[in-house]
Amino acid sequence: MFKKSIIYINLLFLLTMFFSCSNSSESNEDIIVDNFDRQSLLINITDNIILPAFGDFKEKIEILEQSVTTFGNGPVLANLEQVQSHWLEAYKTWQYIEMFNLGKAEEIYYIQKMNTYPATISKIENNISTGIYDLESNNNNWVAQGFPALDYLLFGITDNNTNTLLFYQNNDNIAHLEYLKDVVSKMVSNTEVVHQDWVLTRDAFVSSSENSATSSLNILTNDFIYYFEKGLRTNKFGIPSGVFSANNIRPSKVEAYYKSNVSKILSLEALKAVKNFFIGQSYNSTSSGESLKNYIEYMTEDTTLTDAIVTKFDESNGLINGVNDNFVSQINSNNSLMIAVFNKLQEGVVLLKTDMLSALSISVDYIDADGD
Amino acid sequence: MKKSIINYFNRQTNAAPLAVFRVFFGFLMCVSIIRFWSKGWINSLYIEPKFHFSYYGFEWIQPLGSFTYVLFVVCGISALLVALGYKYRLAILIFFLSFTYIELMDKTTYLNHYYFVSIISFMMLFLPCNVQFSLDAIFKKKSYQNIPNWTIDSLKLMLGIVYFYAGLTKINSDWLFRAMPLKLWLKSKYDLPYIGQTIMQQDWFHFLMSWGGMFYDLSIPFLLLYKKTRSFAFILVIGFHVATRILFPIGMFPYIMIFSSLLFFDSNVHKRILKIFRRVLNLLKIKGLNFNTNLSQINHYPVHKTFRIVIICFLFLQIIIPWRSLLYPGELFWNEQGYRFSWRVMLVEKAGSANFKIVDSITKKYFYVDNNDFLTSIQQKQMSFQPDMILEYGHYLGNHFKSQGHKNVAVFVKSYVSLNGRLSQQFIDPNTNLMELEDTFKHKYWIKPVNYEIKGF
Repeated sequence: MFKKSIIYINLLFLLTMFFSCSNSSESNEDIIVDNFDRQSLLINITDNIILPAFGDFKEKIEILEQSVTTFGNGPVLANLEQVQSHWLEAYKTWQYIEMFNLGKAEEIYYIQKMNTYPATISKIENNISTGIYDLESNNNNWVAQGFPALDYLLFGITDNNTNTLLFYQNNDNIAHLEYLKDVVSKMVSNTEVVHQDWVLTRDAFVSSSENSATSSLNILTNDFIYYFEKGLRTNKFGIPSGVFSANNIRPSKVEAYYKSNVSKILSLEALKAVKNFFIGQSYNSTSSGESLKNYIEYMTEDTTLTDAIVTKFDESNGLINGVNDNFVSQINSNNSLMIAVFNKLQEGVVLLKTDMLSALSISVDYIDADGD
Repeated sequence: MKKSIINYFNRQTNAAPLAVFRVFFGFLMCVSIIRFWSKGWINSLYIEPKFHFSYYGFEWIQPLGSFTYVLFVVCGISALLVALGYKYRLAILIFFLSFTYIELMDKTTYLNHYYFVSIISFMMLFLPCNVQFSLDAIFKKKSYQNIPNWTIDSLKLMLGIVYFYAGLTKINSDWLFRAMPLKLWLKSKYDLPYIGQTIMQQDWFHFLMSWGGMFYDLSIPFLLLYKKTRSFAFILVIGFHVATRILFPIGMFPYIMIFSSLLFFDSNVHKRILKIFRRVLNLLKIKGLNFNTNLSQINHYPVHKTFRIVIICFLFLQIIIPWRSLLYPGELFWNEQGYRFSWRVMLVEKAGSANFKIVDSITKKYFYVDNNDFLTSIQQKQMSFQPDMILEYGHYLGNHFKSQGHKNVAVFVKSYVSLNGRLSQQFIDPNTNLMELEDTFKHKYWIKPVNYEIKGF
């Protein structure tokens, strides 16, 4: 009896609660509804940033494959230079892709296969000499493929292009050429798989706008922060400058070590990709739409935090611009400039990880427990 | 005066409320343990981490490897035995010890409601919850009609303390005048059907919930106490806790509180509940179990005098402990000195980042630590804004790198914390070598002060 009546009362209470809520929102016209549209944020990021960037990258990596084929058929200097310049173009565009380590990309370890650096030369040479290697499912081969492996094969085999050309013209080194082709074609096929998946899952992705550990917005935000901290701050600046190794500098760990004078260009592209993502700027144009920046401003009813974050990006940009194009010589001559960039990026990490996450109440990956 | 006190302690009342409380409590605890297990939290919280954050003085309490599962089994079974009222004293003792052991294993998962469970099970150890409607009564063929009234009142008082202090601590400028942190949390619930995109986003609603929550907590013990307002208060209790269940990830706590507040109803209500229980059990037709007959009915259950003294002293401590934060200078929500064990529930949204730097104090060479190498993500999150945890982890890192052969190890931390939506500020003094500090109950001078003040309790 008693329990029953409690249940009834309870139900009644809930009903009135919901009823009064929906009622008030209908009757009161000047009521402000949640005017931040997370779906349009996802649509902007997917349609104007992710998909165009992937489309562009796919094109560039396919062009790279073509020029490698051309070079294989006619190993002349002009063709080698063509491969090298297409490699750089693709690598620059790659910087707009690397932060999206989710869905298919995460499943097939796309990011790791494309850009784990530094490449391990002994591994590459061993693969070439045995002719037996698995670039698909053997994660020991992450260090023997992707852009860093190409960096070695195109710029690191010998000291200069004349000698590199002689190397590939020599029939004894046909296996190296084959490996070059294999690495590129693997990069193309992986890219096509991931790109195709983005196209297919686009609708489901943009409609998953709820606030849960597995929703698109939360995953994107977590990936964005992870990339900023790990991909940009740690890998590009922290590890080479020795802040994780008792100040023992590790210049050989810079991105594009063998090409050597493009590390700065690549890191500037990466920073630009980060900033564009944050402010919601389209990949192909200067127009911008809904973004994490707008969302924070909506949640905090203030621009203090977003201004601070954008300022950190801009200051980082300024510091990177003051660094030598060639990170190796910068580290060897005056490492403190590299550490200064690291520290500035770290200030950005603090704002993203602490202030942004708590302002958005987005839960950190995989944290699952009760609160009180 | 003295006479009325003696009279009060002699007053007898029907034992049904405690029996009902025991059944619900034991049952809910058993469900909690099963739920905890099924979510995989035993593994992710107690077995996976390499390092555990200990409470001051309880460093010897550590997870037991795979035996941790056994501990949970013991805890779950003892909870069930409490519900059944079988070997009640032993069962509740084992439950109290095993549950409290689990809570002491890692500070990361400190929750006020786990503390509440430990407190209640400790009190139940001294209360006659098994004298009616229990296997103990059946097997001893003795059932007691009445128990001292104060035994029920002691639990009511404890519940009252929880609510009242929870309300008192809500009287602060962030909660009442900035609607923080509720504003942040409610706004992020945009994915709730119907209300998510509408009232959850309204300023007035955030303030309504903040002020309402404060008044609710402060007044609910009194509303439950008076007969005239009791039913209304109980509906409030249900509504409030169901709402919190919908809005926040607080597990079993709402159910525990809803069922606990049944204590405030008089024994007739509880007799009716017991009747329902009996009817259900009779339907099950368990042989040899008969709650209706064969029991010699004894009028009064005598509670030992020392038990009364223990409970009185314990309640006195409970009234005092939450005030210890007053002994510390500085911003309480920032320093968290005296913050735990004082019913400060959902008062802060804090997030931090802590970057540890291991320095050779002679050569000045240093490197940064990747926290992922040592802590799980939930440990990192909790550690990053709680000074005692930062210190403990700092010591752990220092000792770890010493044992790896590093010399002259000094540990520094660059940490930033944002509190209730304010821009983050530096937290721990970055020039303090954590290895030179010890965790004490003294003021932690090495926490940098904040440039704002939150007024209130």
